[in-house]
Amino acid sequence: MIDNSQIAPTSRSRGVPGGARATLRRTLAIVLGLAFALVCVSVAASLIGSEPLPIGASLCAMVSAGNENCGLTAQQSSILFSIRIPRILLGATVGASLAAAGAGYQALLRNPLAEPYLLGISNGAAVGTMIALVFFGAHEWSRPVMAFAGALMSTFVVYRLARGRAGASTEKLILAGVIVTTFLSSAIVFITTLMDATRIRSFTFWLLGDLSGTTGALLVIAFVGVVIGTVVLAANARSLNLMMLGERDAFDLGVEVGRVRVLVFLAASLMVGASVAASGSVGYVGLVVPHLVRLSFGSDNRTVILATALAGALFVVVADTAARTIISPRELPVGAITALIGAPLFIYLLRRG
Amino acid sequence: MLEARNITVGYGTREAVAGISLRARPHELTAIIGPNGAGKTTLLRALNGSLEPIGGEVLLDGKPLRGFARRAIGQRIAVVAQESELKFPVTVLEFVLGGRYAWSGTGAWGWETPRDIDVTIEALRETKLESYGARLMNELSGGERQRAVLARALATEASILLLDEPTANLDIAHQAAVLNVVRVHCDERGAAAIVVTHDINLAAEFADRVLLIKDGRAIATGPPREVLTPQMLSEVFEISVLVDTHPLSGVPRITPIHNER
Repeated sequence: MIDNSQIAPTSRSRGVPGGARATLRRTLAIVLGLAFALVCVSVAASLIGSEPLPIGASLCAMVSAGNENCGLTAQQSSILFSIRIPRILLGATVGASLAAAGAGYQALLRNPLAEPYLLGISNGAAVGTMIALVFFGAHEWSRPVMAFAGALMSTFVVYRLARGRAGASTEKLILAGVIVTTFLSSAIVFITTLMDATRIRSFTFWLLGDLSGTTGALLVIAFVGVVIGTVVLAANARSLNLMMLGERDAFDLGVEVGRVRVLVFLAASLMVGASVAASGSVGYVGLVVPHLVRLSFGSDNRTVILATALAGALFVVVADTAARTIISPRELPVGAITALIGAPLFIYLLRRG
Repeated sequence: MLEARNITVGYGTREAVAGISLRARPHELTAIIGPNGAGKTTLLRALNGSLEPIGGEVLLDGKPLRGFARRAIGQRIAVVAQESELKFPVTVLEFVLGGRYAWSGTGAWGWETPRDIDVTIEALRETKLESYGARLMNELSGGERQRAVLARALATEASILLLDEPTANLDIAHQAAVLNVVRVHCDERGAAAIVVTHDINLAAEFADRVLLIKDGRAIATGPPREVLTPQMLSEVFEISVLVDTHPLSGVPRITPIHNER
């Protein structure tokens, strides 16, 4: 008879045979904890900014969902509900999208350095968005659609270039990313010349990742995208656990490798496309967040995908709060902050091999 | 039972395996021996449906293998492939639990059942890894890692084991340990094992049957004593060998003769 108690996760589970294993209960605890932290941080972030809002009155107004003003002036109420909350929701959506997509690409390419921005996939989505802006400017919905198409195409190219028998080697992956990125950058420059001069400055800002200039419709599309994408990735998490260690082994163990690969590509590209259409290319989120999540909770994708989405939301909300307060009343693009954190971590991971 | 009937497997126009028949019988360990590039790995991959034969057919429990879903094959046939590099930190327990995939309800987000855990712990015990559960795979030695790969194959509870050079790069103690686990699994649990190996002496020691192949064709098949003869081996490997009897186990013992020295 086998004693199950010894492999059940306990607080002292390191050193016990079996160690800390991902279970449903542990995953739910992590997800609830991160969700709680996300709500707290988002509420705090909504009160901070170049125009500080009174804490009590703002909380009261938020709890009543804007039905009572609780003593906020009309201007304060407008800042809270029309500027800050939509921006925080967008930041959370974009962060969740990029982080979860990063975790998906990493499992698929079997390389923890895969990241939508570094692989040029965000650039693909940006090219798609710009084409939509230039040629179908009147139809807002065309932006996420074209961004999705752009992300999907660059994903395909990078995958074909970088893929090897034992997964994507880091060298090939980085080279493929550089090639796709530089090619698409020249496409972006080309399209920019087709635009009128007044829009160019706001575009350079958008390209670096900017949460200030979106619309309600794009936010809704990005939110739907992240929900669908995360659900699809999480639903395939157990297959990804095996594919992450080797596609041939996964196939031998019973995984429908081809089907899972297509689903994960579609889900990750959907998330990157929808978030880039809404906020430009925020870099490194998909690298930093999955890395920290794996370090904290282990590599099991059943935990990692969901935890990464929530932690990604948390990360970008915090980074954007910093972006709009550090040199207040002026603002930085949030992508500048995430790159400042992400690039050193990338170097560290690369050196560690 | 797994059976290959006169199968031919090709890459493009080249036939890597040409008309080989093979049976994996319960309680039996079959060794496939042949020079590099003889088609051993290709044959093994055709046996679990990773490669589709262009001629002949593979039957699983009497039915064509191609009619089975991947998951159904995963429950019946386990593969120990040549090792691949792991870039993500996973524990030995997590790794071996991967063998339970084909038995999961949905195959996707499902969680392991207590029975999955029991089977996994038993597989760790069979491979003498029960105290390694919490260790990270990439911190293990080559021999320990190979045992973990074998444990994952055992955790599938498949009745057919296909092993591709499971003893390559292992020291002599680990080589015997790995094949011994497979041998015990055949003897005690009625598994059928097919092992591709370059170590003829290990094959002589552990296998019930040997299939000698060269250039994708079967040269001989039968018990080690009948197949591992100087004539057969020099035909297949194009080298002179001395075959005598192992003083302890009584199986054939093969020593290559290097003429140039």
